[in-house]
Amino acid sequence: MSILIDKNTRVMTQGITGKTGQFHTKMGKEYANGANCYVAGVNPKKAGEKYEGIPIFGTVKDAKAQTGANVSVVYVPPPFAAEAIWEAVDADLDLVICITEGIPVRDMIVVRDRMRKQGKKTLLVGPNCPGVITPDEIKIGIMPGHIHKKGRVGVVSRSGTLTYEAVGQLAELGIGQSSCVGIGGDPVNGMKHIDVMRLFNDDPETDAVIMVGEIGGSDEEECAQWIKANMKKPVIGFIAGVTAPPGKRMGHAGAIISGGKGTAQEKLAIMEECGIKVTRNPSEMGKLLKSVI
Amino acid sequence: MKIHEYQGKEILRKFGVRTPRGIPAFSVDEAVKAAQELGGKVWVVKAQIHAGGRGKGGGVKVAKSIDEVRTHATAILGMQLVTHQTGPEGQKVRRLLVEEGADIKMELYLGMVVDRVTQKVTLMASSEGGMDIEEVAEHTPEKIHKVFIDPDTRLTDADADDVAAKIGVPAGSIAQARAILQGLYNAFWDTDASLAEINPLIVTGSGDVIALDAKFNFDSNALFRHPDIVAYRDLDEEDPAEIEASKFDLSYISLDGNIGCLVNGAGLAMATMDVIKLYGGSPANFLDVGGGATTEKVTEAFKIMLKNPNLQAILVNIFGGIMRCDTIANGVVSAAREVKLSVPLVVRMKGTNEDLGKKILAESGLPIITANNMAEAAERVVAGANAHAARK
Repeated sequence: MSILIDKNTRVMTQGITGKTGQFHTKMGKEYANGANCYVAGVNPKKAGEKYEGIPIFGTVKDAKAQTGANVSVVYVPPPFAAEAIWEAVDADLDLVICITEGIPVRDMIVVRDRMRKQGKKTLLVGPNCPGVITPDEIKIGIMPGHIHKKGRVGVVSRSGTLTYEAVGQLAELGIGQSSCVGIGGDPVNGMKHIDVMRLFNDDPETDAVIMVGEIGGSDEEECAQWIKANMKKPVIGFIAGVTAPPGKRMGHAGAIISGGKGTAQEKLAIMEECGIKVTRNPSEMGKLLKSVI
Repeated sequence: MKIHEYQGKEILRKFGVRTPRGIPAFSVDEAVKAAQELGGKVWVVKAQIHAGGRGKGGGVKVAKSIDEVRTHATAILGMQLVTHQTGPEGQKVRRLLVEEGADIKMELYLGMVVDRVTQKVTLMASSEGGMDIEEVAEHTPEKIHKVFIDPDTRLTDADADDVAAKIGVPAGSIAQARAILQGLYNAFWDTDASLAEINPLIVTGSGDVIALDAKFNFDSNALFRHPDIVAYRDLDEEDPAEIEASKFDLSYISLDGNIGCLVNGAGLAMATMDVIKLYGGSPANFLDVGGGATTEKVTEAFKIMLKNPNLQAILVNIFGGIMRCDTIANGVVSAAREVKLSVPLVVRMKGTNEDLGKKILAESGLPIITANNMAEAAERVVAGANAHAARK
């Protein structure tokens, strides 16, 4: 097992005809069981065409009906990406993974509000995230597949390359991963640390979790409180941005300390209080995880 | 993106929010002319910079004659205004706002942000106007009233009236307060703001409700649909290094240390700053070259870092995923040659084509110090920076 996606997942790419969508669909198709997993693409103007042998449909509903795809990955450009997410949710897919960076926050407020009001069951990962990978089974997103290795450690993170860093450190210690989930760096997003942590807790093939956070918001704090009360497995953590000055947006729109809230020190302190082993040294995430399994 | 108070007030007026009559001025003569045009007996001369806390720093003065307007404008225009948000070097005042004086009976606070937990725009209102709202939140949080606003209904009459009453707006002025609250929300939503603040919102002796200040930040991801907001941008208020970096699609923020960092990815860039600090050094900048770094981008990044007179060493930390280490290595080598690198350079590369990248660095003949992991890289760059500083 794993969380969110596995070799039986069937994926459609929204924005399959753009440069990024094409490149990463090809990479995904070449990874592990990808050739069976990537079954459809969506572009309203190119229905009937094919990319790398993958049929393109005019709408998400058509793609779902004709291929049985249950998950979508979104590479649609920022001005149209929120509408693309909504199209996938409205078609009742199980999961939408939105890679697109730079979506206006207001657009995300509208989509998230509609998802709640209409009681949609579709899960959303992202936007502005690297995606999700279950090593040796399926890769959906922009992460480099070859650094991952099948195993029993879950990874959840707001950042892309910092996730790869954690995975790389695990690899050096010979530790593989069950699934790695990048939840993205935007202030208004889909699944949060806590939602992913719940899934890892219930996954019989995950033994421990690395939680990588960054400054801004209170997601890590909420997740830490939940872990204290519910988590049956060891969790280790790192928070990026101890040196970040307040009021400055550190690349990610969500990575900003405002009103004295969301500092790395505060997050680390709460995580420690909740029984999570934390490190302040980003090159020791792998080592610390090894010490708890 | 940030804008000036007078620009924020222009936006508010478009959305039906009442503000004092005022005219922006770029010189002392213009300030005097503005006061004459406004008429009346009392004027306020206000420094226009993007930082808050202007009053305490001496950037806001009341004038009771045209001569006093001239005196204050002369004093404020061109001054280095230091506030708690500018840093010790302050910000040079290049613009003024001259306004009619107001008869303040009551000072209130209104603010608006996006709440990440409820994923809604949130109105914060308080009776404690004129104060630093962060202090109110810390010491008397019960004095801050919040409304989480449904995007479909916008700010309703009932919610607006309720919050106005809670912060002490007199019964006779509630209708005016409602117009301002709803106008503020509509302005926030329609312009894709990320922060809006009216501090203080005042009630005058005759019961009028007026926005005495206006602060707006905008979501940079949404500027493509607001050319009118982009026109408000004032490059004089921004860091030249950050402006230069943005031209090359580099995410750069100046910091006060001496070790330049060039990293791919925002999270890894922050973690790199942290590990430098952990090993006793201090980062000179945050710099995310993003996923599609080219030789040109890496070269520009080096040039920007090297303009910093405090720079004593550079650390390049790359986790090659889709972006390959050999591409970055070529970029680093060509950049180091082009800019005639004068400070120690430590490179740590990991991931796709790592060995090829390391080979390119080794064969370049340049004195590049390599490292196998972040801790080693940090240790070496801190040592390099200290040695370079000592040699000077």
